[in-house]
Amino acid sequence: MSTKVQPLTASPAAQPAATTLTNEEILRYSRHLIMPEVGMEGQLKLKNAKVLLIGTGGLGAPLGLYLAAAGVGRLGLVDFDVVDFTNLQRQIAFGTSDVGKSKAQAARARLSDLNPDIQIEAFETQLTSANALELFKDFDIIVDGTDNFPTRYLVNDACILLGKPNVYGSIFRFEGQITVFGMPDGPCYRCLYPEPPPPGLVPSCAEGGVLGVLPGIVGSIQAMETIKLIIGRGDSLVGRLLLFDALGMKFRDLKLRKNPNCPMCGEQRTINQLIDYYEFCGVRGEEAPGPNVQVPEIAPKELKSRLDRGDDLYILDVREPHEYQICNLNGHLIPLGELPRRVHELDSSREIVAHCRSGKRSAEAVDFLRKAGFRKILNLKGGILAWSDEVDPTVPKY
Amino acid sequence: MAVKVMIPTPLRVYAGKRDSAEFTAATVGEALGHLTTQFGDLRKHLFTEDGKLRSFVNVYVNDEDIRYLAKENTPTKDGDTISIVPSIAGGSRFAHSSPPGC
Repeated sequence: MSTKVQPLTASPAAQPAATTLTNEEILRYSRHLIMPEVGMEGQLKLKNAKVLLIGTGGLGAPLGLYLAAAGVGRLGLVDFDVVDFTNLQRQIAFGTSDVGKSKAQAARARLSDLNPDIQIEAFETQLTSANALELFKDFDIIVDGTDNFPTRYLVNDACILLGKPNVYGSIFRFEGQITVFGMPDGPCYRCLYPEPPPPGLVPSCAEGGVLGVLPGIVGSIQAMETIKLIIGRGDSLVGRLLLFDALGMKFRDLKLRKNPNCPMCGEQRTINQLIDYYEFCGVRGEEAPGPNVQVPEIAPKELKSRLDRGDDLYILDVREPHEYQICNLNGHLIPLGELPRRVHELDSSREIVAHCRSGKRSAEAVDFLRKAGFRKILNLKGGILAWSDEVDPTVPKY
Repeated sequence: MAVKVMIPTPLRVYAGKRDSAEFTAATVGEALGHLTTQFGDLRKHLFTEDGKLRSFVNVYVNDEDIRYLAKENTPTKDGDTISIVPSIAGGSRFAHSSPPGC
Protein backbone atom coordinates (compact mmCIF):
# COMPACT_ATOMS: atom_id res chain seq x y z
CA MET A 1 0.00 0.00 0.00
CA SER A 2 1.70 3.18 -1.03
CA THR A 3 1.36 6.34 0.96
CA LYS A 4 0.16 9.65 -0.36
CA VAL A 5 2.67 12.37 -1.01
CA GLN A 6 2.56 15.20 1.46
CA PRO A 7 0.84 18.07 -0.39
CA LEU A 8 3.29 20.83 -1.13
CA THR A 9 2.07 24.10 0.25
CA ALA A 10 3.82 27.27 -0.76
CA SER A 11 4.86 29.53 2.07
CA PRO A 12 4.78 33.28 1.45
CA ALA A 13 8.53 33.51 0.89
CA ALA A 14 8.72 30.47 -1.40
CA GLN A 15 9.17 30.38 -5.13
CA PRO A 16 6.15 29.31 -7.16
CA ALA A 17 6.18 25.58 -7.90
CA ALA A 18 8.40 24.59 -10.81
CA THR A 19 6.55 23.02 -13.71
CA THR A 20 9.44 22.28 -16.01
CA LEU A 21 12.96 20.96 -15.94
CA THR A 22 15.79 22.67 -17.79
CA ASN A 23 17.70 20.69 -20.41
CA GLU A 24 20.60 20.49 -18.01
CA GLU A 25 18.37 19.05 -15.28
CA ILE A 26 16.94 16.53 -17.72
CA LEU A 27 20.46 15.38 -18.49
CA ARG A 28 21.56 15.35 -14.85
CA TYR A 29 18.58 13.31 -13.73
CA SER A 30 18.24 11.16 -16.82
CA ARG A 31 18.64 7.97 -14.83
CA HIS A 32 15.60 9.00 -12.77
CA LEU A 33 13.59 10.16 -15.75
CA ILE A 34 13.87 6.92 -17.67
CA MET A 35 12.29 5.03 -14.76
CA PRO A 36 8.50 4.93 -14.96
CA GLU A 37 8.40 5.10 -11.16
CA VAL A 38 9.95 8.57 -11.28
CA GLY A 39 9.69 10.15 -14.71
CA MET A 40 9.27 13.87 -15.29
CA GLU A 41 6.42 13.97 -12.81
CA GLY A 42 8.48 12.47 -9.99
CA GLN A 43 11.51 14.60 -10.76
CA LEU A 44 9.37 17.74 -10.63
CA LYS A 45 8.06 16.64 -7.25
CA LEU A 46 11.66 16.33 -6.08
CA LYS A 47 12.48 19.76 -7.50
CA ASN A 48 9.58 21.28 -5.59
CA ALA A 49 10.25 19.45 -2.34
CA LYS A 50 11.67 21.16 0.71
CA VAL A 51 13.45 18.92 3.18
CA LEU A 52 15.06 19.94 6.46
CA LEU A 53 17.91 17.82 7.81
CA ILE A 54 18.43 17.96 11.56
CA GLY A 55 22.09 17.08 11.98
CA THR A 56 24.78 16.90 9.32
CA GLY A 57 26.91 14.21 10.95
CA GLY A 58 26.94 10.47 10.60
CA LEU A 59 23.35 10.16 9.45
CA GLY A 60 23.12 13.61 7.88
CA ALA A 61 26.07 13.02 5.53
CA PRO A 62 24.64 10.25 3.34
CA LEU A 63 21.21 11.85 3.72
CA GLY A 64 22.34 15.20 2.45
CA LEU A 65 24.46 13.74 -0.30
CA TYR A 66 21.71 11.52 -1.71
CA LEU A 67 18.95 14.11 -1.40
CA ALA A 68 21.14 16.65 -3.17
CA ALA A 69 22.05 14.11 -5.81
CA ALA A 70 18.37 13.31 -6.31
CA GLY A 71 17.54 16.94 -6.96
CA VAL A 72 15.49 17.86 -3.91
CA GLY A 73 14.90 21.51 -4.71
CA ARG A 74 15.43 22.96 -1.28
CA LEU A 75 17.51 21.49 1.53
CA GLY A 76 17.94 22.97 4.98
CA LEU A 77 20.85 21.81 7.12
CA VAL A 78 20.62 22.35 10.87
CA ASP A 79 23.81 21.83 12.87
CA PHE A 80 25.56 24.07 15.39
CA ASP A 81 28.65 21.92 15.72
CA VAL A 82 32.11 22.19 14.15
CA VAL A 83 33.90 19.41 12.31
CA ASP A 84 36.13 17.41 14.66
CA PHE A 85 38.97 15.13 13.60
CA THR A 86 37.21 12.13 15.13
CA ASN A 87 34.15 12.81 12.96
CA LEU A 88 35.97 11.87 9.76
CA GLN A 89 35.67 8.17 10.56
CA ARG A 90 32.01 8.36 9.55
CA GLN A 91 30.86 11.85 8.60
CA ILE A 92 31.65 11.55 4.95
CA ALA A 93 30.30 14.91 3.84
CA PHE A 94 33.48 16.42 5.31
CA GLY A 95 37.11 16.31 4.32
CA THR A 96 40.24 16.64 6.41
CA SER A 97 40.49 20.28 5.35
CA ASP A 98 37.08 20.93 6.95
CA VAL A 99 38.27 20.18 10.50
CA GLY A 100 37.42 23.18 12.65
CA LYS A 101 34.82 24.55 10.24
CA SER A 102 31.11 24.84 10.86
CA LYS A 103 29.48 21.53 9.94
CA ALA A 104 26.43 23.18 8.41
CA GLN A 105 28.60 25.40 6.21
CA ALA A 106 31.01 22.63 5.25
CA ALA A 107 28.11 20.33 4.36
CA ARG A 108 26.48 23.08 2.34
CA ALA A 109 29.67 23.59 0.37
CA ARG A 110 30.02 19.87 -0.34
CA LEU A 111 26.38 19.44 -1.36
CA SER A 112 26.47 22.56 -3.52
CA ASP A 113 29.42 21.15 -5.36
CA LEU A 114 27.52 17.92 -5.95
CA ASN A 115 24.45 19.80 -7.14
CA PRO A 116 24.70 23.56 -7.73
CA ASP A 117 21.12 23.72 -9.08
CA ILE A 118 19.37 23.25 -5.76
CA GLN A 119 18.85 25.69 -2.92
CA ILE A 120 20.77 24.74 0.22
CA GLU A 121 20.54 26.70 3.45
CA ALA A 122 22.80 26.23 6.44
CA PHE A 123 21.27 26.91 9.86
CA GLU A 124 24.16 27.10 12.29
CA THR A 125 21.93 26.98 15.28
CA GLN A 126 21.01 24.60 18.02
CA LEU A 127 17.50 23.34 17.59
CA THR A 128 15.45 24.36 20.63
CA SER A 129 11.84 24.65 21.70
CA ALA A 130 12.13 28.36 20.96
CA ASN A 131 13.06 28.02 17.30
CA ALA A 132 11.88 24.59 16.10
CA LEU A 133 8.38 25.49 14.98
CA GLU A 134 9.57 28.56 13.09
CA LEU A 135 12.40 26.62 11.44
CA PHE A 136 10.24 23.64 10.44
CA LYS A 137 7.25 25.48 9.06
CA ASP A 138 8.68 26.27 5.64
CA PHE A 139 9.73 22.68 4.94
CA ASP A 140 7.65 19.69 3.83
CA ILE A 141 9.58 16.85 5.41
CA ILE A 142 11.90 16.78 8.40
CA VAL A 143 14.65 14.16 8.61
CA ASP A 144 15.94 13.37 12.08
CA GLY A 145 19.66 12.63 12.04
CA THR A 146 20.42 13.68 15.57
CA ASP A 147 22.34 11.95 18.29
CA ASN A 148 20.55 12.65 21.56
CA PHE A 149 17.20 11.96 23.17
CA PRO A 150 16.07 15.49 24.00
CA THR A 151 16.35 16.56 20.36
CA ARG A 152 14.56 13.45 19.16
CA TYR A 153 11.55 14.25 21.31
CA LEU A 154 11.70 17.89 20.26
CA VAL A 155 11.77 17.03 16.55
CA ASN A 156 8.93 14.59 17.02
CA ASP A 157 6.70 16.99 18.88
CA ALA A 158 7.36 19.89 16.51
CA CYS A 159 6.52 17.68 13.53
CA ILE A 160 3.28 16.47 15.10
CA LEU A 161 2.23 19.99 16.03
CA LEU A 162 2.92 21.17 12.48
CA GLY A 163 1.63 18.06 10.71
CA LYS A 164 4.92 17.21 9.00
CA PRO A 165 6.42 13.78 8.38
CA ASN A 166 9.55 12.93 10.37
CA VAL A 167 11.87 10.42 8.72
CA TYR A 168 13.57 8.90 11.75
CA GLY A 169 16.81 6.99 11.88
CA SER A 170 18.96 6.10 14.85
CA ILE A 171 22.00 3.97 15.50
CA PHE A 172 24.06 2.41 18.25
CA ARG A 173 27.33 0.63 17.55
CA PHE A 174 26.17 -1.99 15.07
CA GLU A 175 22.41 -1.53 15.14
CA GLY A 176 20.01 0.84 13.49
CA GLN A 177 16.34 1.71 13.61
CA ILE A 178 14.45 3.47 10.83
CA THR A 179 10.84 4.48 10.46
CA VAL A 180 8.61 7.36 9.39
CA PHE A 181 6.72 9.22 12.07
CA GLY A 182 4.25 12.03 11.75
CA MET A 183 2.04 10.81 8.95
CA PRO A 184 -1.69 11.45 9.45
CA ASP A 185 -2.72 7.94 10.56
CA GLY A 186 0.69 6.81 11.64
CA PRO A 187 2.45 6.70 14.99
CA CYS A 188 4.86 9.20 16.44
CA TYR A 189 8.07 8.74 18.41
CA ARG A 190 6.19 8.91 21.70
CA CYS A 191 3.98 6.01 20.55
CA LEU A 192 7.12 3.91 20.30
CA TYR A 193 8.98 5.26 23.31
CA PRO A 194 6.77 7.25 25.69
CA GLU A 195 9.79 8.04 27.85
CA PRO A 196 13.51 8.32 27.34
CA PRO A 197 16.00 6.28 29.34
CA PRO A 198 17.20 8.19 32.40
CA PRO A 199 20.85 9.20 32.20
CA GLY A 200 23.07 6.91 34.23
CA LEU A 201 21.09 3.82 33.33
CA VAL A 202 22.79 3.15 30.03
CA PRO A 203 24.98 0.30 28.79
CA SER A 204 28.46 0.81 30.28
CA CYS A 205 29.21 4.47 29.66
CA ALA A 206 28.50 6.49 26.53
CA GLU A 207 31.68 5.10 25.02
CA GLY A 208 29.58 2.92 22.74
CA GLY A 209 31.55 3.81 19.69
CA VAL A 210 30.13 3.17 16.24
CA LEU A 211 31.24 1.39 13.12
CA GLY A 212 31.58 4.34 10.72
CA VAL A 213 29.70 2.80 7.86
CA LEU A 214 26.60 2.06 9.97
CA PRO A 215 25.15 5.59 9.81
CA GLY A 216 26.00 5.49 6.13
CA ILE A 217 23.58 2.61 5.67
CA VAL A 218 20.89 3.96 7.98
CA GLY A 219 21.16 7.51 6.61
CA SER A 220 20.89 6.19 3.07
CA ILE A 221 17.71 4.34 4.03
CA GLN A 222 16.37 7.60 5.45
CA ALA A 223 17.18 9.32 2.14
CA MET A 224 15.38 6.52 0.30
CA GLU A 225 12.29 6.89 2.50
CA THR A 226 12.31 10.65 2.03
CA ILE A 227 12.45 10.31 -1.74
CA LYS A 228 9.66 7.72 -1.72
CA LEU A 229 7.46 10.08 0.28
CA ILE A 230 8.14 12.89 -2.15
CA ILE A 231 7.47 10.94 -5.32
CA GLY A 232 4.67 8.90 -3.72
CA ARG A 233 5.99 5.49 -4.67
CA GLY A 234 6.62 2.20 -2.92
CA ASP A 235 5.69 1.10 0.57
CA SER A 236 6.76 3.62 3.16
CA LEU A 237 8.05 2.67 6.60
CA VAL A 238 5.04 4.36 8.19
CA GLY A 239 3.79 2.00 10.86
CA ARG A 240 6.85 -0.21 10.56
CA LEU A 241 10.09 -0.16 12.53
CA LEU A 242 12.97 -1.43 10.44
CA LEU A 243 15.68 -2.90 12.63
CA PHE A 244 19.10 -3.42 11.17
CA ASP A 245 21.73 -5.63 12.80
CA ALA A 246 24.93 -4.98 10.88
CA LEU A 247 26.96 -7.70 12.56
CA GLY A 248 24.41 -10.40 11.77
CA MET A 249 23.53 -8.56 8.53
CA LYS A 250 19.85 -8.92 9.27
CA PHE A 251 16.95 -6.60 8.60
CA ARG A 252 13.79 -7.10 10.62
CA ASP A 253 10.45 -5.44 10.39
CA LEU A 254 8.32 -4.78 13.46
CA LYS A 255 4.80 -3.34 13.51
CA LEU A 256 4.64 0.13 14.92
CA ARG A 257 1.18 1.01 16.09
CA LYS A 258 -0.24 4.42 16.71
CA ASN A 259 -0.97 4.57 20.43
CA PRO A 260 -4.57 5.77 20.83
CA ASN A 261 -3.56 7.20 24.22
CA CYS A 262 -0.47 8.95 22.94
CA PRO A 263 -0.30 12.37 24.61
CA MET A 264 1.02 13.88 21.39
CA CYS A 265 -0.71 12.21 18.44
CA GLY A 266 -3.45 10.19 20.12
CA GLU A 267 -7.13 10.83 20.34
CA GLN A 268 -6.78 13.20 23.29
CA ARG A 269 -3.71 15.34 22.79
CA THR A 270 -2.46 16.64 26.11
CA ILE A 271 0.77 18.19 24.85
CA ASN A 272 -0.03 21.29 22.84
CA GLN A 273 3.29 23.03 22.86
CA LEU A 274 6.98 22.28 22.92
CA ILE A 275 8.36 21.56 26.38
CA ASP A 276 11.73 21.61 28.09
CA TYR A 277 13.15 18.43 26.55
CA TYR A 278 16.33 18.43 28.62
CA GLU A 279 14.23 18.36 31.72
CA PHE A 280 12.01 15.65 30.22
CA CYS A 281 15.08 13.53 29.58
CA GLY A 282 16.53 14.24 33.01
CA VAL A 283 19.50 16.07 31.58
CA ARG A 284 20.60 19.31 33.21
CA GLY A 285 22.26 21.15 30.36
CA GLU A 286 24.66 19.68 27.83
CA GLU A 287 27.82 20.19 29.81
CA ALA A 288 27.11 18.05 32.83
CA PRO A 289 24.32 15.59 32.26
CA GLY A 290 23.84 13.17 35.11
CA PRO A 291 25.26 13.41 38.60
CA ASN A 292 29.02 13.81 39.13
CA VAL A 293 30.31 11.64 41.92
CA GLN A 294 32.54 13.42 44.46
CA VAL A 295 35.41 11.18 45.53
CA PRO A 296 38.99 11.68 46.75
CA GLU A 297 41.32 12.32 43.81
CA ILE A 298 44.94 12.34 42.84
CA ALA A 299 46.29 14.43 39.96
CA PRO A 300 48.42 12.69 37.31
CA LYS A 301 51.60 14.59 38.21
CA GLU A 302 51.24 13.65 41.85
CA LEU A 303 50.69 10.01 40.92
CA LYS A 304 53.84 10.11 38.81
CA SER A 305 55.90 11.59 41.68
CA ARG A 306 54.64 9.00 44.09
CA LEU A 307 55.38 6.14 41.69
CA ASP A 308 58.85 7.51 40.99
CA ARG A 309 59.45 7.71 44.73
CA GLY A 310 58.67 4.01 44.99
CA ASP A 311 55.35 4.27 46.82
CA ASP A 312 53.45 0.98 46.85
CA LEU A 313 50.40 1.95 44.83
CA TYR A 314 48.02 -0.48 43.18
CA ILE A 315 46.72 0.83 39.87
CA LEU A 316 43.18 -0.29 39.08
CA ASP A 317 42.01 0.24 35.49
CA VAL A 318 38.22 0.13 35.14
CA ARG A 319 38.04 0.50 31.36
CA GLU A 320 37.15 -2.18 28.82
CA PRO A 321 39.70 -4.72 27.47
CA HIS A 322 39.80 -3.15 24.01
CA GLU A 323 40.65 0.22 25.58
CA TYR A 324 43.49 -1.40 27.53
CA GLN A 325 44.94 -2.45 24.21
CA ILE A 326 45.00 1.13 22.93
CA CYS A 327 47.04 2.35 25.89
CA ASN A 328 47.38 1.57 29.57
CA LEU A 329 49.30 2.39 32.72
CA ASN A 330 50.01 -1.28 33.48
CA GLY A 331 47.06 -1.28 35.80
CA HIS A 332 45.05 -4.29 36.90
CA LEU A 333 42.05 -4.37 34.58
CA ILE A 334 38.58 -4.84 36.04
CA PRO A 335 35.93 -3.25 33.79
CA LEU A 336 33.54 -1.13 35.81
CA GLY A 337 30.57 -3.36 35.04
CA GLU A 338 32.42 -6.37 36.49
CA LEU A 339 33.68 -4.65 39.63
CA PRO A 340 30.88 -5.79 41.97
CA ARG A 341 31.55 -9.39 41.02
CA ARG A 342 35.34 -9.14 41.14
CA VAL A 343 35.90 -6.92 44.13
CA HIS A 344 37.52 -9.86 45.95
CA GLU A 345 40.51 -9.47 43.60
CA LEU A 346 41.37 -6.23 45.37
CA ASP A 347 43.29 -5.97 48.63
CA SER A 348 41.74 -3.24 50.77
CA SER A 349 44.91 -2.93 52.83
CA ARG A 350 46.77 -1.55 49.83
CA GLU A 351 46.52 1.98 48.54
CA ILE A 352 44.60 1.86 45.27
CA VAL A 353 44.44 4.43 42.48
CA ALA A 354 41.56 3.83 40.09
CA HIS A 355 41.57 5.24 36.59
CA CYS A 356 39.61 5.13 33.37
CA ARG A 357 39.69 7.24 30.24
CA SER A 358 38.69 10.62 31.59
CA GLY A 359 37.91 10.04 35.23
CA LYS A 360 34.16 9.50 35.35
CA ARG A 361 33.91 5.74 35.38
CA SER A 362 36.76 5.51 37.85
CA ALA A 363 34.97 8.02 40.10
CA GLU A 364 32.01 5.64 40.18
CA ALA A 365 34.40 2.78 40.94
CA VAL A 366 35.96 4.68 43.84
CA ASP A 367 32.50 5.56 45.14
CA PHE A 368 31.43 1.94 44.95
CA LEU A 369 34.60 0.69 46.66
CA ARG A 370 34.39 3.27 49.45
CA LYS A 371 30.84 2.13 50.12
CA ALA A 372 32.18 -1.42 50.16
CA GLY A 373 34.60 -0.45 52.94
CA PHE A 374 37.77 0.43 51.02
CA ARG A 375 39.46 3.35 52.79
CA LYS A 376 42.68 3.81 50.83
CA ILE A 377 41.35 4.55 47.38
CA LEU A 378 41.82 7.52 45.06
CA ASN A 379 40.48 8.48 41.66
CA LEU A 380 42.98 9.57 38.99
CA LYS A 381 41.67 13.00 38.09
CA GLY A 382 41.11 13.33 34.37
CA GLY A 383 41.97 9.70 33.70
CA ILE A 384 44.47 8.47 31.18
CA LEU A 385 43.68 11.46 28.98
CA ALA A 386 45.01 13.80 31.66
CA TRP A 387 48.01 11.49 32.15
CA SER A 388 48.78 11.92 28.45
CA ASP A 389 48.38 15.70 28.65
CA GLU A 390 50.30 16.28 31.86
CA VAL A 391 52.77 13.47 32.35
CA ASP A 392 53.48 11.39 29.27
CA PRO A 393 52.45 12.71 25.84
CA THR A 394 53.53 9.47 24.20
CA VAL A 395 50.40 7.87 25.62
CA PRO A 396 47.83 8.12 22.82
CA LYS A 397 44.54 9.87 23.39
CA TYR A 398 41.36 8.37 22.01
CA MET B 1 7.07 -23.57 24.22
CA ALA B 2 10.54 -23.10 22.74
CA VAL B 3 11.12 -19.42 22.11
CA LYS B 4 14.11 -17.38 21.04
CA VAL B 5 14.85 -14.06 22.71
CA MET B 6 16.80 -11.58 20.55
CA ILE B 7 19.18 -9.41 22.55
CA PRO B 8 19.86 -5.97 21.10
CA THR B 9 23.39 -4.64 20.73
CA PRO B 10 23.29 -2.22 23.70
CA LEU B 11 22.40 -5.06 26.07
CA ARG B 12 24.67 -7.80 24.73
CA VAL B 13 27.47 -6.78 27.07
CA TYR B 14 25.23 -7.87 29.96
CA ALA B 15 24.35 -11.17 28.32
CA GLY B 16 27.81 -12.59 27.80
CA LYS B 17 27.95 -10.89 24.37
CA ARG B 18 25.22 -13.17 23.07
CA ASP B 19 22.80 -11.88 20.47
CA SER B 20 20.07 -14.35 21.38
CA ALA B 21 19.10 -16.96 23.94
CA GLU B 22 16.57 -19.78 23.84
CA PHE B 23 14.15 -20.75 26.55
CA THR B 24 11.07 -22.80 27.20
CA ALA B 25 8.32 -20.42 28.23
CA ALA B 26 4.56 -20.16 28.06
CA THR B 27 4.43 -16.38 28.15
CA VAL B 28 6.63 -13.42 27.31
CA GLY B 29 6.98 -12.67 31.01
CA GLU B 30 8.26 -16.16 31.66
CA ALA B 31 10.81 -15.92 28.86
CA LEU B 32 12.09 -12.58 30.14
CA GLY B 33 12.23 -14.02 33.62
CA HIS B 34 14.45 -16.87 32.39
CA LEU B 35 16.58 -14.34 30.55
CA THR B 36 17.19 -12.16 33.59
CA THR B 37 17.78 -15.22 35.77
CA GLN B 38 20.45 -16.46 33.41
CA PHE B 39 21.92 -12.99 32.89
CA GLY B 40 21.42 -11.16 36.18
CA ASP B 41 23.04 -7.93 34.97
CA LEU B 42 20.27 -7.52 32.42
CA ARG B 43 17.60 -7.21 35.04
CA LYS B 44 18.09 -3.58 35.97
CA HIS B 45 18.32 -2.56 32.33
CA LEU B 46 15.02 -4.20 31.49
CA PHE B 47 13.03 -3.84 34.68
CA THR B 48 12.44 -1.20 37.31
CA GLU B 49 12.95 -2.04 40.96
CA ASP B 50 9.31 -3.00 41.30
CA GLY B 51 9.52 -5.43 38.43
CA LYS B 52 7.91 -3.39 35.66
CA LEU B 53 9.31 -3.36 32.14
CA ARG B 54 11.13 -0.08 31.56
CA SER B 55 9.25 2.35 29.37
CA PHE B 56 12.13 2.92 26.98
CA VAL B 57 12.31 -0.80 26.22
CA ASN B 58 9.77 -2.37 23.90
CA VAL B 59 9.18 -6.07 23.60
CA TYR B 60 7.81 -7.78 20.51
CA VAL B 61 6.58 -11.28 19.87
CA ASN B 62 7.45 -11.87 16.24
CA ASP B 63 6.48 -8.49 14.80
CA GLU B 64 3.81 -7.43 17.30
CA ASP B 65 4.38 -5.08 20.22
CA ILE B 66 3.28 -6.81 23.44
CA ARG B 67 1.69 -3.58 24.65
CA TYR B 68 -1.03 -4.26 22.09
CA LEU B 69 -1.29 -7.94 22.93
CA ALA B 70 -1.41 -9.11 26.53
CA LYS B 71 1.82 -7.41 27.66
CA GLU B 72 3.89 -9.80 29.73
CA ASN B 73 1.05 -12.30 29.80
CA THR B 74 1.18 -12.64 26.03
CA PRO B 75 1.26 -16.38 25.36
CA THR B 76 4.09 -17.75 23.28
CA LYS B 77 4.18 -20.73 21.00
CA ASP B 78 6.96 -22.90 19.60
CA GLY B 79 9.26 -21.03 17.30
CA ASP B 80 8.21 -17.54 18.41
CA THR B 81 10.85 -14.83 18.44
CA ILE B 82 10.82 -12.32 21.27
CA SER B 83 12.65 -9.10 20.40
CA ILE B 84 13.82 -6.53 22.89
CA VAL B 85 13.98 -3.11 21.25
CA PRO B 86 15.46 -0.38 23.41
CA SER B 87 15.46 3.29 22.60
CA ILE B 88 18.70 4.35 20.89
CA ALA B 89 19.61 7.83 19.89
CA GLY B 90 22.77 7.93 17.87
CA GLY B 91 26.40 7.08 17.55
CA SER B 92 27.90 10.01 19.32
CA ARG B 93 29.08 10.12 22.88
CA PHE B 94 25.97 12.04 23.73
CA ALA B 95 23.91 9.10 22.54
CA HIS B 96 22.46 8.48 25.95
CA SER B 97 22.84 11.97 27.32
CA SER B 98 26.09 11.11 29.04
CA PRO B 99 29.23 13.23 28.94
CA PRO B 100 31.88 12.52 26.32
CA GLY B 101 34.08 9.70 27.49
CA CYS B 102 34.68 8.44 30.97
